[in-house]
Amino acid sequence: MNQWSNFSKGFFKENAVFTLLLGMCPTLGVTSSASNGLGMGLATTFVLVMSNLVISLIKNLIPDKVRIPAFIVVIATFVTVVQMAMEAYVPALFESLGLFIPLIVVNCIVLGRAESFASKNNPISSIIDGLGMGLGFAMALTILGSVRELLGSGKMFGVSIYPEDYGMLVFVLAPGAFIALGYLIAFINRVKKTA
Amino acid sequence: MEFVLLMISAIFVNNIVLSQFLGICPFLGVSKKISTGVGMTGAVTFVMVIATVVTYILQKYVLDKFGVGYLQTISFILVIAALVQLVEIILKKVSPPLYQALGVFLPLITTNCAILGVAIMTIQKDYDLVHAVVFSASTALGFGLALITFAGIREQLDLMDVPKGMKGTPIALIVAGLLAMAFMGFSGIV
Repeated sequence: MNQWSNFSKGFFKENAVFTLLLGMCPTLGVTSSASNGLGMGLATTFVLVMSNLVISLIKNLIPDKVRIPAFIVVIATFVTVVQMAMEAYVPALFESLGLFIPLIVVNCIVLGRAESFASKNNPISSIIDGLGMGLGFAMALTILGSVRELLGSGKMFGVSIYPEDYGMLVFVLAPGAFIALGYLIAFINRVKKTA
Repeated sequence: MEFVLLMISAIFVNNIVLSQFLGICPFLGVSKKISTGVGMTGAVTFVMVIATVVTYILQKYVLDKFGVGYLQTISFILVIAALVQLVEIILKKVSPPLYQALGVFLPLITTNCAILGVAIMTIQKDYDLVHAVVFSASTALGFGLALITFAGIREQLDLMDVPKGMKGTPIALIVAGLLAMAFMGFSGIV
């Protein structure tokens, strides 16, 4: 497989959120605004790229039986790095993402890529795969965040598009997350069928 | 009274799935039938309470004591992963019928973010041990309530005439959204 398709599959064909339905907790939990979604997506991308790289480098050193715990340690290390870096440099984002940052550790996408890709491929492909998957995830979160923010409070990335009084508050709250994602997936399935 | 309020808050008002968005994967994944939903709830309750107690002790007597709080994420997830394995082994030996009922769900629980989420929340909210146990048990019950209700609706949904494009995941998500809306009605009780 060439590197371009390694990179691009994460955006559409194997998009983690829209087609594989992985990593749903952060997808629904942090997307009350577009910038939160983007921040979460980029944090996950960093963890994904770094853990893919390290795991593909040490894959021959890990005995097969303990590979899952070993992967989890690597992932948890990078999550801790992200957590501390975000607390220091972007405290506002850290505050609004809250509990979901340590929970990147149990995001099925990260462990899934480690197990199904990085443990079988060379470091360069693994980095590209992690980057593609991570940015695809960030894209999905940003789209969902924008839709919810626009419908809920009439803004996009904090910039007012129409007066907030006309917004449907429910889209910023919990039920709106499920409903918006449901319609987005239906829409994407439709586009895929015609494409 | 305080404990009753804590329980109502954890089960209904701040429902772990429908208002905190934790444990969505099993919520969407194993909710096709009521019976599997019940099994999953049992396994989650069991592991959640044990994991919360163990991580609580770890935090208070190891991490805080030696001032290595930054190891929280990494140590908690390892403890939970080991614990799930341990529970599986013990259950297999001590109570085969219970293992039969919960066995298939146990490996899935390591990556259930609700478990790690509740463990971290307990520390953040600064509960003592008794509160932690009540909180984790009622959170697990809240998870079960949402899961089983959702499974019941999905069983009915199979028989419905859903528009073609909405079949499967999209309609399930919209139903979950309506369920979350219903749960919002509980806010303000506590």
